[in-house]
Amino acid sequence: MSEERYQLNRQLAQMLKGGVIMDVTTPEQAKIAEAAGACAVMALERIPADIRAAGGVSRMSDPKMIRGIQEAVSIPVMAKCRIGHFVEAQILEAIEIDYIDESEVLSPADDMFHIDKRKFSVPFVCGAKDLGEALRRIAEGASMIRTKGEPGTGDIVQAVRHMRRMNQEIARITSMREDELFEAAKELRVPFELVKYVQENRKLPVVNFAAGGVAAPADAALMMQLGAEGVFVGSGIFKSGNPAKRASAIVQAVTNYTDAKLIASLSEDLGEAMVGINEQEIRLLMAERGK
Amino acid sequence: MKIAVLALQGAFYEQEKVIRELGAECLELRQPKDLSKTFDGLILPGGESTAQGKLLRELNMFEPLREMIRGGLPVLATCAGLILLAEKSSNDDRSWFQTLPVTVRRNAYGRQLGSFHTVQNFGDMKDIPMTFIRAPYIEKAEKDVEILARVDGNIVGVRCRNQLALSFHPELDSDRRIHRMFLENIR
Repeated sequence: MSEERYQLNRQLAQMLKGGVIMDVTTPEQAKIAEAAGACAVMALERIPADIRAAGGVSRMSDPKMIRGIQEAVSIPVMAKCRIGHFVEAQILEAIEIDYIDESEVLSPADDMFHIDKRKFSVPFVCGAKDLGEALRRIAEGASMIRTKGEPGTGDIVQAVRHMRRMNQEIARITSMREDELFEAAKELRVPFELVKYVQENRKLPVVNFAAGGVAAPADAALMMQLGAEGVFVGSGIFKSGNPAKRASAIVQAVTNYTDAKLIASLSEDLGEAMVGINEQEIRLLMAERGK
Repeated sequence: MKIAVLALQGAFYEQEKVIRELGAECLELRQPKDLSKTFDGLILPGGESTAQGKLLRELNMFEPLREMIRGGLPVLATCAGLILLAEKSSNDDRSWFQTLPVTVRRNAYGRQLGSFHTVQNFGDMKDIPMTFIRAPYIEKAEKDVEILARVDGNIVGVRCRNQLALSFHPELDSDRRIHRMFLENIR
């Protein structure tokens, strides 16, 4: 990927800021998401909650199904490939996906290596639990980061933990003397330049969204107040009683994330939320995939 | 001087940074009550026009803002902002303020792989860097619209009365001439 292409890919993520990216499995759901104000959709065959329920190996979605969604909406369409599965990524690039999510939600294809994302022209978003993971993914060519959270649970605790950890580590880097950054880079296993960027700018070099466990407008606003620049909602919308209404409420809560009065009224009569599961109740921690 | 930036979704922070850098004040428009503050100009930033348009209507900001634009409030619109201002679109039924008599083509360069950077003249300004991100262009401009820039023959920058509208994102490059021109015309 040329430096110019990488810039353009980072810049697309900038355009998504302050927005909500929603998981959809059909063109109809994609249209509901777009009409509710989603700034992008993630096309996948099964949402994380169902992947979790079904078990087994989960892979990239059928390209035909992804194309159907690309044709249904005008907003950017993202799709997931397995961690390390660069051929799935090549396929997604061939169908001109707008963003590839190299995602721990699918079964990892490689337990050592992530995809060398610098080899691609399409942009990549990757999950991270802490600053080291985020910067390693960026060094590999990711142009957007999201917290991993714990997908398909409707439990926000892990996304909160990941966002707080990242902020704490950024604050720690910011407070260091310049000569201490070399050791920090070694600890984090990332290039010195990236650590230097974080110190100078007090933020990641790319846009950082929250993901995993967002089920309510209040969850989305919580993540925004904790410093997320936008929100992914996976199972939370189409596993709920009234997807259109909930989607639109989450979109508004992300825009006005500090207005508790407004969020109170947005939270009324949303119908049933997705049934959540606590992290102690699940056997598979997706966030532990790919570090 | 105070510039209001529509801050519902998208790259509004980037615009605010440029405006402050050029010595003007900034305020964010997120709710109807923000519209009662006084400001001298408006920026409609990049982002997703469908998301921004939906929020404008839902938050009851659409009508009052349209009245302000019709009433002559100076506007700088980039990318999604251009789509919000356009009278109509050749490949989409949706339209919003309809204060700018042009026909836009949404996602005119295709998907993200079609995004690009170039350098072109803009009005009488030479060599303006232009970043196009899943950008629209203008297919047709009515008579009273002044065409300021074309890329490969397609219209990417226009002015019409109080509205300055662009397909690209000057806020993403370091050249400040377009924003300066916008601010100078307000003064």
